[in-house]
Amino acid sequence: MELTPEEQAMLAGEGGPATRKAMQILVALGTIYGAQRMVPVTSVQVSGVSYDNLGQAGLEFLTEMATGGGRARALATLNPAGVDVEEPQPLGIGDPFLTNQRRVLEAYTRMGILSTCTCTPYLVGNLPHFGESIAWAESSAVCMANAVLGARTNREGGPGALAAALTGRTPAYGYHLDEAREPTLTVLVRARLAGTSDFGALGKVIGEHLARRPERPVPYIRGPESASLEELKSLCASVATYGSVALFHIEGITPEADCMTPPKETLTIGPEDLARARSALSDAAPGEVDFVNLGCPHLSLREIAHLADLLRGRRVRKEFWITTARPTKQMAERMGYAQTITASGAKFAVDTCCVVAPIRGRFTGLATDSAKACAYARARHGLKTRLLPFEAVVEEALR
Amino acid sequence: MRLQGRSICPGRAGGEALVTHMPISFYGGVDPESGVVVEPGHELEGLSLAGRVLVFPSGKGSTVGSYVIYRLKRAGLAPAAIVNAECEPITAVGCIIAEIPCVDHIPLDRLHTGQRLVVDGEAGSVEIVQQQEKDPT
Repeated sequence: MELTPEEQAMLAGEGGPATRKAMQILVALGTIYGAQRMVPVTSVQVSGVSYDNLGQAGLEFLTEMATGGGRARALATLNPAGVDVEEPQPLGIGDPFLTNQRRVLEAYTRMGILSTCTCTPYLVGNLPHFGESIAWAESSAVCMANAVLGARTNREGGPGALAAALTGRTPAYGYHLDEAREPTLTVLVRARLAGTSDFGALGKVIGEHLARRPERPVPYIRGPESASLEELKSLCASVATYGSVALFHIEGITPEADCMTPPKETLTIGPEDLARARSALSDAAPGEVDFVNLGCPHLSLREIAHLADLLRGRRVRKEFWITTARPTKQMAERMGYAQTITASGAKFAVDTCCVVAPIRGRFTGLATDSAKACAYARARHGLKTRLLPFEAVVEEALR
Repeated sequence: MRLQGRSICPGRAGGEALVTHMPISFYGGVDPESGVVVEPGHELEGLSLAGRVLVFPSGKGSTVGSYVIYRLKRAGLAPAAIVNAECEPITAVGCIIAEIPCVDHIPLDRLHTGQRLVVDGEAGSVEIVQQQEKDPT
């Protein structure tokens, strides 16, 4: 790889041992993926935050990097942690997990990385613009950045994203280059889509199709006439979960679609495909649901306002977690939404989510509007699941 | 004899080769407490990686595997060096954060368990210092 004098200095250790290690990681990744050079990045989203994923080794590595003088050179935000670090008690997660989780956040904070603890950085101030080179981890956010915002990022892992934050660089390959962003498969959706759960089911169908194709096509989606922010984040989370997809285009909706030609090869998706996806994620019998979640990806303010309307004056009868970012919850408090929701017995689980919280063995069946949450609940926590529309999830909690 | 490949992680280390033609998943496939391969049916199942020059085609599995490599190193149970046919990010990142020399693009059919190897991570080369002792059979 061709490095600038500044990059060579970092590699030689002039910025301290942590910066040196970070540059070594980027050079190795660039070598493996055939990058010719580094590209400066202005925005980073770092994964590898929950102590449930990191373990003691991960914590030791982060502490070593913080002690070694690692310091963010780009705007960098964090993925969800394993627990609400300010109010852990209602979620039933205590020590030693809590103390270890706080140490992880402390190491990141020492490096100047913002402990936003959310998978929706674009809702809390980390919002790259069209064409901007960035290095994001968190597969759902990667897809939002590439597809919906038109920024450019590969699917970074935790250490690769951290290395980008500490150097302000990432190797220029993959989705940073024009050619990799061209669509290669048209996906024609011949079904009416309504709400987050439908878009999640669509993501599962598309993702599973693409995962079977080694050439990893970039889909050009036609059919949906509109899609809200919330529906797009659900689609992004699902298509990334089921197909490791990092980029798609939707005709008339996403910014790069207009300047691209729809590919000839076409995959057609009908209502029966979506019904099959929904049913595959709904193996829990109604009586088996004892855990309910909304907020995968983290809820937006619009969703929280809607949820408050649905819960006003009512009482939930199941463990019901509302997962969102702390700044979002703070605004919900100012508006009175949070108080309405808490009065119903539902619990805010801020800083964390059902994918990364240590909940294995506590529940039997999960009801959610998120196809992504279903996948992780099954694989990681051994739960049965029911994929339902947003409003039906709330009804399930009240039942 | 010296084999020339590609540098992945700098550093120089030697040791006895432990060779497999199966990919390795460090997360789930290697016990971080003992450094022993535990993946059922793996060619190296039951063998310790500690201090060996570990030779395998490529890594596989979860990205958490990078931290398993780091944890092995902290416990003194890591391989002395790693040689791959085609290195992937899990192994590469693991080697860098754990400071284990690593090279790839090496023809693995030249390497056999028991040979004494020296890996030069900076130069991207592997030297066969001594062929394995003669098989008594």
